[in-house]
Amino acid sequence: MCLAVPVRVVELGAGDAAIVDLGGIRKEVSLALVEDVAVGDYVILHVGYALTKLDPVEAERTLALFAEAGVLPQ
Amino acid sequence: MNAPIKPGYVRPLDLKHGRIDMTHGGGGRAMKQLIEQLFASAFDNEWLAQGNDMARVVLPPGRVVMATDSHVITPLFFPGGDIGCLSVHGTVNDVAMAGAVPVYLAAGFILEEGFPLASLKRIVDSMARAAREANVAIVTGDTKVVEQGKGDGVFITTTGIGVVEDGFVIGGERARAGDAILLSGFIGDHGMTIMSTRESLAFGADLQSDTAALHGLVAAMLDPVREAMRGDASRGIHVLRDPTRGGLATTLNEIAGQSGVGMLIEESAIPVRPQVEAACEFLGLDPLYVANEGKLVAFVAAEDADRVLVAMRGHPLGRDAARIGTVTEAPHHFVQMATRFGGRRVVDWLTGEQLPRIC
Amino acid sequence: MKYIDEFRDGELARGIAAQIAREIRPDRRYQFMEFCGGHTHAISRYGITDLLPPQIKLIHGPGCPVCVLPIGRVDLAIRLALEHKVWLATYGDCLRVPASDGLSLLKAKARGAKVAMVYSAADALDLARRQPEAQVVFFAIGFETTTPPTALVIRKAAAEGITNFSVVCNHVLTPSAITSILESPEVRQLGTVPLDGFIGPAHVSTVIGSRPYEHFAQEYAKPVVIAGFEPLDVMQAILMLVRQVNDGRAEVENEFTRAVTRDGNLKAQALVSEVFELRRSFEWRGLGEVPYSALQIRGEYAAFDAEKKFALETRKVLDNKACECGAILRGVKHPRDCRIFGTVCTPENPIGSCMVSSEGACAAHYTYGRFREIAVQAA
Repeated sequence: MCLAVPVRVVELGAGDAAIVDLGGIRKEVSLALVEDVAVGDYVILHVGYALTKLDPVEAERTLALFAEAGVLPQ
Repeated sequence: MNAPIKPGYVRPLDLKHGRIDMTHGGGGRAMKQLIEQLFASAFDNEWLAQGNDMARVVLPPGRVVMATDSHVITPLFFPGGDIGCLSVHGTVNDVAMAGAVPVYLAAGFILEEGFPLASLKRIVDSMARAAREANVAIVTGDTKVVEQGKGDGVFITTTGIGVVEDGFVIGGERARAGDAILLSGFIGDHGMTIMSTRESLAFGADLQSDTAALHGLVAAMLDPVREAMRGDASRGIHVLRDPTRGGLATTLNEIAGQSGVGMLIEESAIPVRPQVEAACEFLGLDPLYVANEGKLVAFVAAEDADRVLVAMRGHPLGRDAARIGTVTEAPHHFVQMATRFGGRRVVDWLTGEQLPRIC
Repeated sequence: MKYIDEFRDGELARGIAAQIAREIRPDRRYQFMEFCGGHTHAISRYGITDLLPPQIKLIHGPGCPVCVLPIGRVDLAIRLALEHKVWLATYGDCLRVPASDGLSLLKAKARGAKVAMVYSAADALDLARRQPEAQVVFFAIGFETTTPPTALVIRKAAAEGITNFSVVCNHVLTPSAITSILESPEVRQLGTVPLDGFIGPAHVSTVIGSRPYEHFAQEYAKPVVIAGFEPLDVMQAILMLVRQVNDGRAEVENEFTRAVTRDGNLKAQALVSEVFELRRSFEWRGLGEVPYSALQIRGEYAAFDAEKKFALETRKVLDNKACECGAILRGVKHPRDCRIFGTVCTPENPIGSCMVSSEGACAAHYTYGRFREIAVQAA
């Protein structure tokens, strides 16, 4: 369930409106469910609403974990 | 005393503000005028000029190939094309998929009462241009008008005939284990462009429909293997098909069923534009099932695959052509795909219509 | 696509797969339930099962809001469209769900019902604004991920004084669903469905946080790892679950740290509490009546509650006798155990909920898993 995609905020509009970008596709969405979003931030988008901000530090950390899994000593 | 009325004077069609009304389908003067001033003048050829309800044509030598397509697309105008050129390309391509050269088209129009003449002119001009570029003549046609509410503006049906070299049997039942599967370019452009114009799913993008006539590409592909195919039916191109509604996945499944074979394709080899991928991500769609209108897939004997691929890449409509897989011996006729990720999955038939999902 | 492509990297996948293979105890079986339909989809689409050792078995859970939607609720929507003649706005997922009398919302549309597919709840409200003479009803489905947007549009409609808009609320709650699985006789008493842990939903968790799962880990001693949506997330989560099982731990771990925190999205949660309240009980297709598992619109917003506005009653509709969806949703049976799977019941002609949604266990197995079985038989 819950098809959601990470998208980059490229423009803030009136009220809670914002324009986000994913792979060159732009869409107008609502930021009504999140706070303190700035242009350049990434958010998780579901049915036209941002659900949460994506934490880039944690993302890197997770990717590092994946890579580590492959090289753990046995 | 009034000035004498010019004999035979008919007020010209108001192509700027006029609209289709029931008289245009009535068979009388209004219809005759519509045909002459709009259709015949745009399509402009000796057959239409004769003013008959049929056309006497001469076909070049070879086996006759015939195909028909109906077009009900909405919106009528979209980035990269419109229902007009689409209706020409669609049928030209169906004929071309037999390896044939398309020569003549017939066009039937069902017009909705109230449809603006300006829009109709735009569509007809687009058809005329597409036909000229494809080197086919629209030699006969028909027009009907339905009441407002009973049509989506305009429906177009085109039927085409062409000729293919005698002895060349190119069709869905001819794929063989070991054949290379070649794809002419990026998939999903047309379908996602249409999606992007739909109200509820509007998103900004510079996507364009890929609608195009493919017979030139087909001819270029046949050139390097023509001789071989004349000598040996197992050589050269076995199958050609353009993956329209239902996308590449549906086309591959159709052929697998018709030929009684399986297939193994590589996800990483299938060209998809980043924007089409992104648009699909947004809506939960799979590019494999998205419609194309200017692409073809070819099944080629293994020993001729490289040659045909080079020929494809040498043609403007095949620049991004790629080998995407191989035909396998498989009793269950599954189309399997090695995913980019490393695992395998089955690429099945499309069920119903692919709808955007939230889940 | 950033934050997507990196999480689908085949090279990293092989690394994690190798690590899983090293860490599993070869004499043990590991059965994990992936609750969320999105995970079911990812597992199928990327062929993750191919990368896992045979000791690991993944069971599909009921985390598909379309699959657990009772036929009676779809009938309600169809009645609204056909009899009350409203504009029925719905997400694409619901259009083809087969309901009573051979109808679906799509088939009702073919009969003249005004059914509009929307991508977002906001579009449904927009439809009401654009058609002030018509009544617009939004058929809202979904778990906690999809609930906040519905809450928002109801609040907005109230603020704007819109009178021709209402909602049929079918929002359901994840923890309740997990409880009903864990409380089922097969899991609790009979032990016929040994469940070693859960792969927790990704996006539901961004809203509710990881805290609600702590209850399951403690009460039922089952590990939960919340996993992101991408295939690498799922594989990493499986590795983490294997470790917990091996260590004898039962904790809540979060693999999806880039989007999930312990508290979740408090703003969204507050909004949902403002507009919705718990239903005492709600029928889940395949699971029966589950207490405190779903939401209804609060009294203050009654004007936007279509069930009140149109005095609607949900009629209970029994599933086809041969349909095994209930057992499949609880992880007790596998699609191939169902008599009508793949013959009478196919994605083209779905009899039960598991086949309707592309994320249902049966649809996923039919579309992706079938060929493996056949290949195995041929070998």
